[in-house]
Amino acid sequence: MASLNTLIFVCLGYVALLFLVAFVAERMAASGRGSWLRSPLIYTLSLSIYCTAWTFYGAVGYAVRSGLEFVTIYLGPTLVMIGWWWGLRKLVRVGRSQRVTSIADLISARYGKSNLLAVCVTILAVIGVTPYISLQLQSMALSFQIFADTGDAAARSGVTSAFWIAAGLAAFAILFGTRNLDANERHHGVVTAIALEAVVKLVALLAVGVFVVWGVAGGIGAAMERVDASPIGVWQTDGSRWATITFLAAAAFVCLPRMFQVMVVENDDERHLRTAAWAFPLYLLLMSLFVVPIAAIGLDLLPEGSNPDLFVLSVPLHEDRAGLAMLSFLGGFSSATSMVIVAAMALSTMVSNHIVMPIWLHLQGGGASVSGDVRHVVLLSRRVAIAVIMALGYFYHALSGGGAALASIGLIAFAGIAQILPALVGGLYWRGATRMGALAGLTAGFVIWLYTLLLPGLGGGLLPDEVLREGLFGLAWLRPEALFGSAGLDPVVHSVLWSLTLNTVAFVAVSLGSFPSPLERLQGAQFVNVFDHSTGPRGWTGSVAQSEDLMIMSQRILGAEQAQLLFTREAERQGVKSHLPEPTPTFLQTLERELSGSVGAATAHAMVGQIVGRSSVSVQDLMAVADESAQLLEYSSQLEAKSAELSRTAGQLRVANEKLTQISLQKDAFLSQVSHELRTPMTSIRAFSEILRDTEGLEAAEKTRYADIIHNEALRLTRLLDDLLDLSVLESGQVNLNLRQGHLADVLDQAVATALAGENSGLKVERRRLEEMIPLDTDLDRLAQVFINLITNAQKYCDAPSPNLKISAREAGGVVVVDFIDNGGGIPPDARVMVFEKFARVSAEKAGGAGLGLAICREIMQRLDGDIQYLGGQGGGAFRVTLPSRARAVAAQ
Amino acid sequence: MSRQPPPVFLERQSYRRRRIRDAARLLPVLGVLLLAVPLLWPSADPAPRDAVSNDVSMSAAMVYVFSTWAFLIAATAVLGALVSRWVRESATEDAERGEDTDRLV
Repeated sequence: MASLNTLIFVCLGYVALLFLVAFVAERMAASGRGSWLRSPLIYTLSLSIYCTAWTFYGAVGYAVRSGLEFVTIYLGPTLVMIGWWWGLRKLVRVGRSQRVTSIADLISARYGKSNLLAVCVTILAVIGVTPYISLQLQSMALSFQIFADTGDAAARSGVTSAFWIAAGLAAFAILFGTRNLDANERHHGVVTAIALEAVVKLVALLAVGVFVVWGVAGGIGAAMERVDASPIGVWQTDGSRWATITFLAAAAFVCLPRMFQVMVVENDDERHLRTAAWAFPLYLLLMSLFVVPIAAIGLDLLPEGSNPDLFVLSVPLHEDRAGLAMLSFLGGFSSATSMVIVAAMALSTMVSNHIVMPIWLHLQGGGASVSGDVRHVVLLSRRVAIAVIMALGYFYHALSGGGAALASIGLIAFAGIAQILPALVGGLYWRGATRMGALAGLTAGFVIWLYTLLLPGLGGGLLPDEVLREGLFGLAWLRPEALFGSAGLDPVVHSVLWSLTLNTVAFVAVSLGSFPSPLERLQGAQFVNVFDHSTGPRGWTGSVAQSEDLMIMSQRILGAEQAQLLFTREAERQGVKSHLPEPTPTFLQTLERELSGSVGAATAHAMVGQIVGRSSVSVQDLMAVADESAQLLEYSSQLEAKSAELSRTAGQLRVANEKLTQISLQKDAFLSQVSHELRTPMTSIRAFSEILRDTEGLEAAEKTRYADIIHNEALRLTRLLDDLLDLSVLESGQVNLNLRQGHLADVLDQAVATALAGENSGLKVERRRLEEMIPLDTDLDRLAQVFINLITNAQKYCDAPSPNLKISAREAGGVVVVDFIDNGGGIPPDARVMVFEKFARVSAEKAGGAGLGLAICREIMQRLDGDIQYLGGQGGGAFRVTLPSRARAVAAQ
Repeated sequence: MSRQPPPVFLERQSYRRRRIRDAARLLPVLGVLLLAVPLLWPSADPAPRDAVSNDVSMSAAMVYVFSTWAFLIAATAVLGALVSRWVRESATEDAERGEDTDRLV
């Protein structure tokens, strides 16, 4: 029979072995020989920390109390693993691509890197996992007791032994989990030790099972008969519990901080999941295969009243198999230690990264730029966190009196941790999930879980009896175990139903009602569409990092010696002479991994990112850049507007310049035309006056003819000069209009009379006097001048045998329109644009005038606010004169 | 982001691979259904009305639960192996076509 001292000796030896394994694994990994350390087998075995002392001892007790219901605890994770394609694959990918350090980190990263949310999840995790740790303490205290009872007289109370176990485990976890802050040790040492423990507990339980089935019962058939004959020989499982606990176990499997640690954070390769998908369920199956036979035969063999939670130990002891009992004890010890180490590591990481470090950095007042070695702060905060967590576990154990069945404590912990599930699943699959929604859901679920399950479960007076019986404030519908009148349900089913339902409802409703910040939306898109964005973790590509800055930062975190060693080693590897290596991507990755062990992966990534620059930017960097570029954009759009204005001005200048050039050309052309026009009559005047002067003996008739020619030419010159003067007055705008009232008919009468006076060209003018009774308010003389010009033109140029001019007038829409249409050949189309220009004459042979008539007409009409146009397609020459009617003219004045 | 639109019809190999993936995805659904069967079993009745008891014996329940469990494990292992083989065979081919191989890993 093993004495207590032997037991303690064996335990210490076992712990020493674990340290050795961790140490060797670490050395092998460091020297690059440990490729098998990254194998899917190790990954699968490390997942086995799901099987705690609760599984090892508690499953049999559970089976004694509730039959096959215990198996639901393993069926849930089995379904999750089998469905890895739906959920775990995404979770692991997100965890790796975002470099999360814990489940709190993941939730906070998803909801816009909210530290408040991380703190909430951390607190929930600490409160949820504390009962679980007290469960380990209780099971180990009981297992010590059973040896103590049967061994020598060192009988201690369960609470005292629990205290020493808690202290021992805390020391163990501190030594193991926070020995130093090197990331590699964490990966390989602990994980390998845990894998070894996984093998020990499986072998131990299988050995006890095989011994019971073949050694005690005598074969499978006989064992099954004894099972059926035992008090648990009939299926008697409550359906609601079966379904609820399966679901609860599945949820807790994903949400438990220690499971998240080994499954996501310590994951080396996504493909390991594919192996673990079947290997881990197989492990669970083997763990639970012999539970029912052990329970049934334990009930059969052992005296009434023995604790069923310890059958795994007491059956071998009863059969005097001390060696088997010792192996079984080691199995239980392994289960408890591995769980406590990983849980404490995971929780202390969360506590130190999300609660202690932010507060400490805030108190230091300088953020990441504070000087000094922060390593000791991180280490100290983790060690203190582990001690505090273990103390909490111990107090829970002491408070609950250690009497409650193991399984119920485990389920309470599961139900608490499962409150993270809505925020986690929503965050991974729903882009509309917001921080406020996650906060609301977590709070609602947490409060209800606390009120309906944890406080009643503690029992020891934390919740007054009258509240339990009568409900809060005496309201019956607020009774902790029958919320909203739902009496008669199993307490666990009741609590899970209400807490998770209200949690999900609050999460969804608040998410729908609130609006996420830009950072949340970006992170949401990155999480939900993680397979579109990433093919694995991002690497550093920058080469602009300042090695010196990196060195300064690393010294603060790793300590001066270790940092210098790391840098010198890297410099040697690169073949660089100085002690500062080039910041190659590989080196940056190594450095970041080193740092992540101290301050968490996300922080390390950010710190390296700050120094390296923008090679692998975070969302916040992107936002900053976006802000800057928005400012740049604004500035450049202002520039653009200015340049557009400039080019517009330049265009206007160009147009003005062209106009000026054109005007200058026009002026030149005008001058040369004027000189030409003046020169022709002057030439004939000179020629004929010379003839008159120099020729002797001219006849009187000839003299008269020549004098007539000179006179006519002089008249023509005068007319030309008059016209030019008139035009220049009109064009310069200095003309004085003599506005009078009158009728169009009178103006036309005057014009026709003047134009046809003394001429006998036979032009017949057609008019309709009735139409012409239009009142005018304009310069009637100038208007008559225009009409005279038009009629004279018709007289001169109409080439019809019996020339005819039709004058029609009408008033429409405030405009008076007068058309002059003759029956001649009209003006050829190509000349039409020219007729209103100065000195434009349609045909050279009929050079009756200077070619200024129509130009003057146009000027006059423009002065009178009217216009004159040539009308095509009227079967002859046709001009249209438009001018404002009297009403409009008066209004304009 | 410049992924080409996926082809409407796939080659026989890709088609087979996708159906295996579907099977792997549907397996947990099947698992839930199979493990929900015990909900239909009658609970132990302390005073059975019939002479013949309807109760399900513990050994029968164990055989059902554990064989279902083993079947799910075996199916996952076989499908996982098949998928990984297909992925290895068609990895280069997929890379050339620019298909998202991550979805198949």
